[in-house]
Amino acid sequence: MTAIEEQNKHMKEMTSENIVYQRPSLMNDTPMHYCPGCSHGVVHKLVAEMIEEMHMEEKTIGVCPVGCAVFAYKYLDIDWQEAAHGRAPAVATGIKRLWNDRLVFTYQGDGDLACIGTAETIHALNRGENITIIFINNAIYGMTGGQMAPTTLIGQKTSTCPYGRDPEMHGYPLRITEIAATLEGTCYVSRQSVESAPSIRKAKAAIRKAFEASMAGKGSSLVEIVSTCSSGWKMSPVKANEWMVENMFPYYPKGDLKDRT
Amino acid sequence: MKIMANDMKHTEGEVMLLKGNEAIAHAAIRCGVDGFFGYPITPQSEIIETLAMLKPWETTGMAVVQAESETASINMVYGAAGAGKRAFTSSSSPGIALMQEGISYMAGCEIPGVVIDVSRGGPGLGTIQPSQADYTQMTRGGGNGDYRCIVLAPSTVQEMADFVPLIFDLAFKYRCVGMILCDGVIGQMMEKCVLPPYQPRWTEEEIRERCPWAATGRPKDRQPNIITSLEQTPEVMEERNLRMQEKYRTIQENETRCETYMTDDAEYIIAAFGISARLAVTAIDELRKEGIKAGLFRPITLWPYPYKELEALCTKQTPNGENMVKGVLCAEINGGQMIEDVRLAIHDAMPIKHFGRMGGVVPEPDEIAEALKNFIGGLNR
Repeated sequence: MTAIEEQNKHMKEMTSENIVYQRPSLMNDTPMHYCPGCSHGVVHKLVAEMIEEMHMEEKTIGVCPVGCAVFAYKYLDIDWQEAAHGRAPAVATGIKRLWNDRLVFTYQGDGDLACIGTAETIHALNRGENITIIFINNAIYGMTGGQMAPTTLIGQKTSTCPYGRDPEMHGYPLRITEIAATLEGTCYVSRQSVESAPSIRKAKAAIRKAFEASMAGKGSSLVEIVSTCSSGWKMSPVKANEWMVENMFPYYPKGDLKDRT
Repeated sequence: MKIMANDMKHTEGEVMLLKGNEAIAHAAIRCGVDGFFGYPITPQSEIIETLAMLKPWETTGMAVVQAESETASINMVYGAAGAGKRAFTSSSSPGIALMQEGISYMAGCEIPGVVIDVSRGGPGLGTIQPSQADYTQMTRGGGNGDYRCIVLAPSTVQEMADFVPLIFDLAFKYRCVGMILCDGVIGQMMEKCVLPPYQPRWTEEEIRERCPWAATGRPKDRQPNIITSLEQTPEVMEERNLRMQEKYRTIQENETRCETYMTDDAEYIIAAFGISARLAVTAIDELRKEGIKAGLFRPITLWPYPYKELEALCTKQTPNGENMVKGVLCAEINGGQMIEDVRLAIHDAMPIKHFGRMGGVVPEPDEIAEALKNFIGGLNR
């Protein structure tokens, strides 16, 4: 008997009374391409859990970005559309306007959402499209190998600012979630993280609120997840989490920025 | 030659006096289109203005969204079409250039959507006056990668209305992007127009049946539908490309459309599309009065181009076994773009010459007649 079969045998013996944790059924067996320590895996799981808990498995359409999450469609067994770089909120607008009863969300990184797709992001949110944007902010371009992002912190080193981000040359890190909170079209804007169990619980609650607001037709929602990129940051996963808490949280403070749900 | 201009029969349609742009809007609502996503630009803004005024969201349920850019518009169409809905956008030349990213993605994902180009003079910001200088942009794909879009070129307001249901049918039949290329003249001029009868929008069941590939939300009994143009294995990507090329060949075999005028005994052919074809008809009538046997070849599909039809016309023999046609004049409102397709059709079999105006200048029929006479003069010298 292989280790997996043994594990499965053990699973079968479980009953609803003694299960305290299990993988959401929407997550399939495809091995993830994400690096060790990356926040994407946890956020994917939270999204899958919420879709299941809301019983929206058959009525959800996800829009994935260009960036590390470009392959999100490989891991969650829902219908997906793959948008061009930055265009996910426009794609989601097209879907949601014509499929009112669907749960439509985008899943985007900082380069996709806060740089090349700033216009699409701001305008979809401002129109009050009944969609949710899940925004992974790890302050770096992960997929292309660690270049400077709009959210890269001052002094942070990347392959295109190897001496550290210098505001004289590169401008300032963009707090797009704060901008989103000022828009009349948004009903819920929150910034969370997933580095610890309490943080994960709060992030999940935020995603729930956002998804429910979308389905209730209350307007646009944005949930930013301040995230790590241990490969891009060139740190161990543990060190990356520590660095995030120490450096990212002061500039990107966590919590609900707006709640009109 | 068989005339294939308008293979649609009108039922008891309503007749209205409309601008070409307005006819597009009326026709879209009537043929059950689900959504329009667009951004204002001259000379096509009447399309979104007419839709906004008619407020179809209260009647057929059609969505009308003014986007933040042409880039966003085409991506909204991408989203709606990827979810099986019949959606379209419209713009003019520089705006169409901005849309090429999304059009390429739609081609790569094999999503059926519709784009209307009411073209103007270029390059760059150019001019708001009419032009046919988008011929190459529209017929050669336009964005990155190996793909083609079906392109219809109306020359009347009536055809603006008629081609809307036709281009949607073609786009969904072949899962490709369908284009209507007209110019500022046809977009802006008013003519009598018989509007198509109302058809209901597709129901959810019809969408699932007709678009089994669409991302509509995954029922338990099927695998997830993933709309993407991404594939990292080169061999698999090549396979996909080969399948698309095969599809394009099928379209070339089956979907060419063209129209001819006075070609039975024509010795000189004027090849022209869209508004140029109408100018050419007037020129031909004048030339005939002077005893010059001129005729019109008008491609209606700019892609697939009716190569075979043009070749057949130009290789027609007289009873004496001579070539009846002695030369082809391409009359275009550009610097010479369609002439390349004319050359591909008839090679070096006979002299071919371009006549065109640019920068938003629309030629008079007399100028085309004069150009043909000069062309003939040059041949006989």
